[in-house]
This record gives sequence, C-alpha cells and structure tokens, in this order.
Amino acid sequence: MRRVLGLIAIVVYLFLHVPLLVLTVFSFNSSRFTAWEGFSLKWYAAVMADHRMLESTWNSLIIAFVATSAATAIGTLAAYGMWKRKAPVLEGSLYLSLVTPEIVTGVSLLAFFQWLFHYMHIRLGMHTVILAHVTFSIAFVVIVVSARLKTMDATLEEAALDLGANHWQAFWRVTLPSLIPGIVAAALLTFTISFDDYVITSLVAGVDSETLPMVIYGMARKGVNPTVNAISATIVVLIGVLIVFAERLQQE
Amino acid sequence: MNRLRFWFLFPARALNGLLFLIPLGIIVLYSFMTRGTYGGQGSPLTIESYQRLFDPLYLSILLRSFWIAGISTAISLLFGFPLALFIATAAKHRGAYLNLVMLPFWTSFLVRTYAWMFLLRDTGLINTVLQSFGVIGEPIPMLYNDAAVVLGLVYGYLPFMVLPISSTLEKVDPALLEAAADLGATPWVALWKVIVPLAMPGIVAGSVLVFIPCLGAYLTPDLLGGGKSIMIGNIVQNQFTSARDWPFGSALSLVLTALVMGLLWIFVKKGGQKAL
Repeated sequence: MRRVLGLIAIVVYLFLHVPLLVLTVFSFNSSRFTAWEGFSLKWYAAVMADHRMLESTWNSLIIAFVATSAATAIGTLAAYGMWKRKAPVLEGSLYLSLVTPEIVTGVSLLAFFQWLFHYMHIRLGMHTVILAHVTFSIAFVVIVVSARLKTMDATLEEAALDLGANHWQAFWRVTLPSLIPGIVAAALLTFTISFDDYVITSLVAGVDSETLPMVIYGMARKGVNPTVNAISATIVVLIGVLIVFAERLQQE
Repeated sequence: MNRLRFWFLFPARALNGLLFLIPLGIIVLYSFMTRGTYGGQGSPLTIESYQRLFDPLYLSILLRSFWIAGISTAISLLFGFPLALFIATAAKHRGAYLNLVMLPFWTSFLVRTYAWMFLLRDTGLINTVLQSFGVIGEPIPMLYNDAAVVLGLVYGYLPFMVLPISSTLEKVDPALLEAAADLGATPWVALWKVIVPLAMPGIVAGSVLVFIPCLGAYLTPDLLGGGKSIMIGNIVQNQFTSARDWPFGSALSLVLTALVMGLLWIFVKKGGQKAL
C-alpha cells in the first residue's frame, strides 16, 4: 500500500509543480511559438522594454508596499487588542471578509466608491486600490499574528507591569519584540496577496492605476505571449523566495 | 488598559466597518432597487431582481456552479486524500512534503491559471508535443470547456484539501492499525474501516474549504472557460460592468454570499472547524 500511496503522491506533486516549471523553462525559449528552438533571454529583454509592463509593475509595488505596511500595523494592533479579551464582533466581521467571495467584495467596494463619488470629488485610482487591499489584508495579518500570540506567555507582561511599566511600555518593550517573526511573516504574506490580486483590484482601479496582474490578464485574454511567460516566471521565482522566507520565520 | 485596547482595535474596526460592512450594506440596498434607464439604480423598491434569479437561464448557471464546484471538490478529495495519507505516514520530512504542497499555492493565482492556458491551448504545449510525435493530426480543443475549469479549480484549491486531512491523520494512533492487522484486516480493509472514519473530520473540513472558493470562482471560469463555461461569479462581474444592471448584480452577489455563509454555518454548527 505504501508503494501505491507513493506513486499517487508523485503524480500529484508533478501535477502541482510541472505547469509552473514548464512555463519558466519556456520563458527562455527563443521561439515565439511553443516548440523549443534554443535558449534566449529575449523575452526578458522584451519585458524590460515594455513601458506598460514596467509602469504597472511599479504601480503594483507601490500598492503592495503601502497596503502591506498599513495592514500589518493595523492587523497587529487588532490581534494584540483581541489577545486577552475577545472582540467577537470584529473577529466575526474579519472572518466574514475572509470567506466572502472576492468578486462580491470587489463589486460591493465598486458600488461603495461610486456612491461616495456622488458626494465627494474623487475618482477611482491608486488610493481606492490601496484602501481595498488594506481592508482585505487585515484578516490575514490578524490570523498570523494571533497564532504567534497564542504561543506566548502573558505573565511576562504582568511581570513588566509589576515592575512599573505602563500598559503601552509593556506592549512596546515586552510583547512586540517577540512578535516580530510573526509580524514579518504576516507582512510577507500580505505583500504577495496584494501584489497578486486581480479580481478586486480590476474593479476598483482607475485609468492611472493599472497593476501588473491587470496587464497580465489583458495579455492572457488575447492569447499566450512569451513576454507574459517571462514576467510570470519572474513573479513565480520572486514570490517563491518570499514565501520560503516567511515559512522559515513562522516555524521559528 | 481599556483605553489602550480601544485605540488598538479602532483602526481595524473603522476600516472593516467602512470598507467591508457598509459596502455590503449598499449591495443589500441596491438589490431592492430598480435599474435606471442608463444604468444606475433608484426607486421604486422592488424584489424584481430576486424574482429574476428564478429565470431558467440564471437558475441553470447557479446549478452549474454547484455542479462544477462539487466535481472539483470530489476530484480534489480523490487525489488529496492519498497524498495527505502519504504525508501523514511518512517516516521523515513531513514538513518539507507539506511545504511542497503549499509552495505553488502561494505563487500568483493568475500566473498559475495562465500556466494552464499555456499548456492547454490549441497551439499550447500539450497539443504541440502530441502533434510533433504524430499522435494527433489536428489539435484537440482542451481549453474553454467545463473540464478545463474543473482542472484549474482542482489545481488552485487542492492544498485546502490536503492540509486538514493530513493534520487529522497525524493524530491517528498507529497502534490502531496494528490492532486491525492483528485481527486479520488487510491494509486496504484497515484503510477503509479504520483510517477513513477517523479522518472524516479532516475530509469534511477539506471539502468545505475547497467547495466554497470553487462556488465563488471568477478568474478560473473566466480564463479557462473563456465565456463558454461560466459560473455565478462571472454573471456578477458582468452585471456590474458591461450589462450595467447593478440591482440584479447585487441580488446575485448576496445569494452567492448567503450560500457560502449557509454552508459555513452548517459546518461550524456541526463542530467541523475543530478539525482545522
């Protein structure tokens, strides 16, 4: 039986990994078509020469960076606030935001922003994308940081309080430092989720805030394009490195 | 302490309330409004959008979404269970095996879906290879059908099946299997009569975790189904963009969300989340 299981495991692992491996290999193909002709970096050069792709990558990086910073801070504070005493309404609402289908979150934000624009002279753009990303990322941060908090000893803080620290000092000097690995892991995960998001982003983005997933989506709709293979392979490798790093931190 | 706690929770409460709960509330409101002549929505209040859900066209798409999500869940279970069993019973490197399952999951969903387009297209890798070996003359159409959508969903959500099952299986006492063997059970009988029942909480949890995102899928049917294999998520998106019927799109969104919540509610009521 062990042999049968091993065989199935190999098949499933191949299924999970081969598509991305093949895509990466073919991003180095010198031919525009799917037949292998020879090694070439020309599609990577094409990415570097594509203004739209570079600009959207830059947009995606800014959005992910700002959204990650804000969501990590807000989520960490919230997780700490819910550590010793529960906040059932907030917790329930965060879980709700986690399981609501992305498309529903997207259209409801679109409806909300459009409604708001009747009263205020602002438009869809980077700021609406960032606000959306921060909102859906908070739940992820709270889950990761809360998991870290659960393993911690609350009596350390009490000791600090007994020794004359106020509540803020106890948080800032005692609890927060040992939360750092969890916070960094949460930030890395949030960054990848924000950087990757297409469904919600495409609904709340304006003309000046096209992100990289939106460009990739547009090109993928039109058909397979070796430039997309190259940018995709780059994303796979970079995100892979980030995730391995985040996993390491969480296991510490 | 209480004042500090208030300010710690405040930003999360404000943002979640303002940008998640209020937008959902607006959708609820819109779903009872009438569509304006040029898009938009207004009075009078009506339940027309909900009545339209019973239009056979939309009802059939609703059923199809259930069907596709169900098949994807079943296939994920079929392959996810043996993999989880393999991981849980591995003598060493369990963590590495699990990470190998999770790694592709964390790389861009869009890129992973695109990878299947690259493989399945008429001029994609599989057809090109088969043609060059003379196995087939004309390319086999593999993209833009239900099977491609199911494949994409299984590929996307299989880790959600493997994780809870393997964590339940890790808690199974190996002595139980020895006992079964001593009492004359073959390994396959022991698997069916001992392991599967003990793994049931993980199986249920995994199935719920796969079924829910599949039901609300948008990107996979959009890219791999190419308009020929659409699900509820695609109709929602369509109503808010090209069709510009926001009241109906809102009603559809709410039905989709209610279905997801209903499922989760049953799951939690039965104590299923303990397996996670």
